[in-house]
Amino acid sequence: MRILVAMSGGVDSSVVAARLVDEGHEVIGATLQLYDSRESTKKGACCAGRDIHDARRVADRLGIPHYVIDAERRFHDSVIGTFADAYAAGETPVPCVACNQGVKFTDLLGMARELGVDAMATGHYVRRVEGPDGPEMHRPVDAGRDQSWFLFATTRDQLDFLRFPLGDMPDKAAVRAEAERFGLSVAAKPDSQDLCFVTDGSYAGLVEKLRPDVTGAGEIVDQSGHVVGQHEGVTRYTVGQSKRLGNAAMRDGARQMVVGIQPASRRVVIGPRAQAVTRTLMLRDMNWLVSPPGPDGLRCAVQIRAREAARPATIWQAGNGGARVELDEGAVPAPGQACVLYDGSRVLGGGFIRRPDSEEKGVSDA
Amino acid sequence: MSTARDRFTYLDANASEPIRPQALAAMMDAAEAVGNPASVHRAGRAARALLETAREDLATIFGVQAENCIFTSGGTEANVLAITGQGQGRRIMVGATEHDAVRQAAPGQAIPVTADGVVDRAALERLLAVPGAAPALVCVMLANNETGVISPVREIADLCHAHGALLHVDAVQAAGRIGFDMAGLGADSIALSGHKFGGPKGAGALLLAGERFRALTPLLAGGGQEQGRRGGTPALPAIAGMAAAARAALAGQSVQAARLGVLRDRIERAATPLGAVVCGATAPRLANTTCLLLPGRRAQTQLIALDMAGYGVSAGSACSSGKVARSHVLDAMGLGEGAGCAIRVSLPWSVTEADVDGFIAAYAAMVARLPARPGVVA
Repeated sequence: MRILVAMSGGVDSSVVAARLVDEGHEVIGATLQLYDSRESTKKGACCAGRDIHDARRVADRLGIPHYVIDAERRFHDSVIGTFADAYAAGETPVPCVACNQGVKFTDLLGMARELGVDAMATGHYVRRVEGPDGPEMHRPVDAGRDQSWFLFATTRDQLDFLRFPLGDMPDKAAVRAEAERFGLSVAAKPDSQDLCFVTDGSYAGLVEKLRPDVTGAGEIVDQSGHVVGQHEGVTRYTVGQSKRLGNAAMRDGARQMVVGIQPASRRVVIGPRAQAVTRTLMLRDMNWLVSPPGPDGLRCAVQIRAREAARPATIWQAGNGGARVELDEGAVPAPGQACVLYDGSRVLGGGFIRRPDSEEKGVSDA
Repeated sequence: MSTARDRFTYLDANASEPIRPQALAAMMDAAEAVGNPASVHRAGRAARALLETAREDLATIFGVQAENCIFTSGGTEANVLAITGQGQGRRIMVGATEHDAVRQAAPGQAIPVTADGVVDRAALERLLAVPGAAPALVCVMLANNETGVISPVREIADLCHAHGALLHVDAVQAAGRIGFDMAGLGADSIALSGHKFGGPKGAGALLLAGERFRALTPLLAGGGQEQGRRGGTPALPAIAGMAAAARAALAGQSVQAARLGVLRDRIERAATPLGAVVCGATAPRLANTTCLLLPGRRAQTQLIALDMAGYGVSAGSACSSGKVARSHVLDAMGLGEGAGCAIRVSLPWSVTEADVDGFIAAYAAMVARLPARPGVVA
């Protein structure tokens, strides 16, 4: 098989390339340049430049061709720009989903198809299983590195073309051992951070630079609109959060949490957990990896945060490619985050949690 | 299916020409010379003799005094030395399609080019006539690296001199491919790069027209080598190889240009019916270069597809990361979105008819397989 491997320069995708070469496939390496490394050099960190260098050295070692793909503009517009916009709209976005789905599984995968290769492989920790109705996506063997939540938007057509050779690896140590066995220089390279494009450690600073309109201090209010404290900027808050509330963290003996964010008025709305809990979630931009359910809905488990257990729920289709989820027990969903549907280890699909409108929540967004 | 693993055809001469056998032989001889050209003993004298012979050869070919030929590490250093060495405190203007070696050394207002990629002489004349803001040093290239378009340097030189400005010419792509000398160009300085005409990488030269540039400010003062204009022990093997390559390139230059022109035209005649547009086709061009714009197909994808088929071509100017950047040259020619959809095929001195026929077949196969996507940009 002729396979294009998306190589980040890290140990995972390097091992993928090495394994596929070892299995006798014709492998082509490709690394996306997502931002200009020269800019970050000035700040003392040269992440992209170093990673591209590492990917090329691994490709040299494996004797495979390797290409650097310019995706700077697309990445800036489709990932960083929408990331900032979502915060400015009071949501808590998941940029890795936008990146996987756009730059990687649409642009790079589209290029791989144009070049006539048979498949594209990545170093993601997720399993692709051939099922009776075509390929299925499952959680990986190593639960600690599960990336299925970040990949829910992968379409069936994309899944058909993709391969995830690391889904069966028992743990990271085993991946590093394979890297050692193949003599890869990146065997001991540290794992990358969650948000690759935040170089100085502050996503809030980045958002505030891109969207100065939502920058600045504001008020913390209760659900009746009474001012109960001050904050340094709405981008530092997520629905469900109980940190950074200062003196307002406890009121009337009840622990408080963020229940809403109003960027236009730079207000953070808090309330006791009991009032923040909801059983109904409205989702947008649904991706179904199974046939969408009929009027009776679909019983499944849903995961509404990156690192959280899935919880039992029922899901129905809603208009405009959306869905409605009824949780068996209430939770505190954060708008902008993903709600991913599982049946055991299998990913059934998912969507993004919508911001409840003011009437539903009883909170006015001035 | 045959792949790049089996066979590779190099059609990227403007990035670097294959080394000429005469250059390789001269390099090997010079590499065995043990001495430092600055040393007083017998070995030093022998090395110095090799160095000065190379200098005289290059100076003769390009019509300058031997003492006005300064050896550098390559084209970038020669251009930067000309600009920073002559341009101290002066206003500098460079052509919009110049190489980054020149653009980075002299940021500021660019001299526009016409749609065929030639320096816009009317615009230059206006810029030269602006009271108090006219440039004292103008830099243009003799031949463009991406399109092969040749600028009317003689006319540009006359314009510059009529307005009291100096002219530096980046002749990196032209040297060895067309015949020229300092007097014919009317330039005040010329930059050369050895590996662009079949020498080894690592040697270049800055040629100066006359006495008034003797006091050039060096980039590296070092031990005062090259008459105080470029410090550091000269890279003798690379310099000897460069001089031998220049002699070899110029010896058969007109016959070679005619041969390459026929092959280049054959590529263009095959590519245009497939939808390709030849950039700068109406301007005088180097015989070995064609820039083929294929609307709706990203240059990046074209390069990879052709590499996978065993053909090495390029696009834009490759930055150090190896990503394919959108071409500022084609942008300056007003090609808009198309600037991200063009590849450069540059035939090396060693190319064969079979190489060209093979490329034409690979190009046709690529066009047939890559879907054209309207509005695609790099």
